[in-house]
Amino acid sequence: MNAIASEAGSTTLCARLDQVSKLFGSFAALKQVSLSLEPGRCYVLLGENGAGKSTLLRILAGLLRPSHGTVRVFGVSEPQQVRARIGYMSHAPMLYDELTAQENLRYFRSLYPGRACLTPAEALRQVGLDPDLNRLLGQYSQGMRQRASLARVLLSAPELLLLDEPFSNMDVESARQMVELLAGFRRGDRTIVLTTHQRSLAAPIADFVITLHAGRVASFEPGSPAIGGSESRGRWGDEPGSPSTDPGRGGSEQRRTTP
Amino acid sequence: MTRALFTHLAKDLRIEWRSKEAVNSMLFFALLVVVLFSLAFDPRGAFSRDIAGGVLCVATMFASVSALNQAWAREIRHQVLDAQRMAPTPGADMFLAKVLANFLFVTIVQIVLAPVFVVMYNLHILGEAWKLLLVLPLGTWALVANGTFFAALSIRSRNRELLLPLILFPIFIPALLAMVQATGAILTGDSDPTLWIKMLLGYDIVFTTASLLLFDVVLHAE
Repeated sequence: MNAIASEAGSTTLCARLDQVSKLFGSFAALKQVSLSLEPGRCYVLLGENGAGKSTLLRILAGLLRPSHGTVRVFGVSEPQQVRARIGYMSHAPMLYDELTAQENLRYFRSLYPGRACLTPAEALRQVGLDPDLNRLLGQYSQGMRQRASLARVLLSAPELLLLDEPFSNMDVESARQMVELLAGFRRGDRTIVLTTHQRSLAAPIADFVITLHAGRVASFEPGSPAIGGSESRGRWGDEPGSPSTDPGRGGSEQRRTTP
Repeated sequence: MTRALFTHLAKDLRIEWRSKEAVNSMLFFALLVVVLFSLAFDPRGAFSRDIAGGVLCVATMFASVSALNQAWAREIRHQVLDAQRMAPTPGADMFLAKVLANFLFVTIVQIVLAPVFVVMYNLHILGEAWKLLLVLPLGTWALVANGTFFAALSIRSRNRELLLPLILFPIFIPALLAMVQATGAILTGDSDPTLWIKMLLGYDIVFTTASLLLFDVVLHAE
């Protein structure tokens, strides 16, 4: 199944890939992938290593250009032009080891002039980090770096959130809290595309599950999001078992599943 | 010039202040070159004035290569460059900030090196010494503007440490020649360095403009 598009209906698409292929030399990382991403949905990309998940995210982020096919993000054929509206989180923290988390975020915030950004302290609190922690990022644990990296992405309040393996290096509780946060983020027509090997972790917020195999879309299935309703606070540090972190809460909101 | 330029510059200076990687490596390397040359040639009197300009320029040139590579390696280390590419600010700001930061680092090294140089080479400047205040900054700018650009170009290469000098040094030859000739003219007082200073200025304008115009292409290259 190479060309699968979700039904856009009357909604404006957040992003659309049409017959996109990406070649690295003679190796095809993506082969004629077609997808339509609707606003306000969470898409979970699954697939083995080398299936093309990261390449797909980097193309959506405008960091890679497709070898063939077209990409439109927010209606623009060159994602670079709308990069301020896109947040991209990679495997690597994308932050400086020699600066504190606050300093890193202050730096990146000032690279988004004219955009209503969160303050660094707000972004850090959202991911459960102490804004007053005066420690260089190089001294953070992997999990804390991952949170700081997410704080950087959230800082500019992007409308399209691209997360490459956000749960790697995280313990189960931290990963669950991140899912809560993402569920809150999805409100307001914000779109999330995330890759993971831990399907069960992302399942509570997955509107669609896309499986890639050898650069092709092997399946495109509707998910069954259990959280993500408007009542979800999406803050880290909520007490386990509190209403906002109860996986059952908001589960009644079943989204339209296509195709 | 936009606010982003100062943001990038402040970040680069802050990181260097904490790590001192660039300045320390450059300083020790340049000192080593100066000392080795002084031992190899036993420079005295007129001979020292003849070779001093060349030794100073070559020492600065070799020393700055490591710092220029480090400047971009830091951005690549945790894919920070990708985050910067996603930001809606012009790449030229980032480039110019890097050039300014590298210029400052090399200048600091030259300031520390100068008294050592005068002592080791027993220098007595016979020309108009103040003109060195034109020659050295202009020559340094030529080196770091080109070096920063080509370091960015070669940063994704596996052999970047080797690639940078291979690209940079041939292109830097006209500026090196002008710098050496102007410095020699000032030290010996034999000729007027004005022509060489003008040449350096022209070189700086041309290459800085070209680098600024092309940097976005380099930044977003795959």
